[in-house]
Amino acid sequence: MEQKVILIIIGMSLVTYLPRMLPMVLLSKVKLPPLFLKWLQFIPVAVLSALLAPAILAPQDELSIGLDNNAFIASIPCFFVAIRTKNLFLTIVVGILAMFLLQNL
Amino acid sequence: MINDNFVIGIKKSVPVVLGYIPIGMAFGILANQQCLSIFEIFLMSFMVYAGASQFIATAMIASGVNAASIIFTVFLVNLRHMLMSASLSPYFKKVPSLVQATISFGLTDETYAVDITHLKEHVPSTSFFVGLHTICYAAWVISTVVGGMLGNLIPDPTRWGMDYALSAMFIALLCMHIKDKRDILVAVCSAAFSLFITATVGGSWNVIIATVLAATIGVSTELWSKKLSLSSSE
Repeated sequence: MEQKVILIIIGMSLVTYLPRMLPMVLLSKVKLPPLFLKWLQFIPVAVLSALLAPAILAPQDELSIGLDNNAFIASIPCFFVAIRTKNLFLTIVVGILAMFLLQNL
Repeated sequence: MINDNFVIGIKKSVPVVLGYIPIGMAFGILANQQCLSIFEIFLMSFMVYAGASQFIATAMIASGVNAASIIFTVFLVNLRHMLMSASLSPYFKKVPSLVQATISFGLTDETYAVDITHLKEHVPSTSFFVGLHTICYAAWVISTVVGGMLGNLIPDPTRWGMDYALSAMFIALLCMHIKDKRDILVAVCSAAFSLFITATVGGSWNVIIATVLAATIGVSTELWSKKLSLSSSE
């Protein structure tokens, strides 16, 4: 086993864990200003949207809105079902089914 | 430890697990082909537990990049988790630090999405997070190792569309979080910033910058409309 790889893994684990752990542990101890709390309340919508947009609209890191982008096409029925039903399970079934059909037909 | 919330946590892990199995296996296959032994794949998933970072780091290890550059790149890629951890913090005020430190190890993009949706409607329960995070973590570690061991024996695990469970999950959870026009504005701005950054500088800064800008726009428009309504009522 290569020592360099082990060293890299240890380094990676530290720089991954600290950003996950420190804000929760430190910020939950202090009284946060109301404006900052308000700002934090927008984080879920902003994060989810920022994660989702490239996954469905730029899967190869380039904007791709067309029939050749399966992830984009599959997202259309997903959005429809999600908005109409607010049902997580149903949305996922529709998404997997749509993707399966697009990739294998 | 086994109580109702623990079981609810396990149930809520299903979509994440569905997505982690094919992506984890794809990572194991690729990593084993590129440079990592099965034990190294296990160690990386066990200690790091971060999908995108593991793909990037493995590609960099394979092309002989030095350790410091790899670790710094992973640091940049994972900075976005600071925002998620910060946004969870108000709900964890009564949870002991050691428990917070344990739960936050399992904080990924996907578990965060499930966590924060659950917190909108439920009182925080430690066992919920322990259940959810443990199952997702186990699914990731096991599927990367299985992928590494099976290697070329199995066809491309992402060809069945199962990895799309994660995008579909984000679509559903995003729709559940949108309550008013301001949320729609924040979501659209964040998506646009994220796409712009991905297409121009590439995808490691996109989430953190887009989120900070979009949340700031959200707060600003709220303050602005409050000022308008105050001045018009005077």
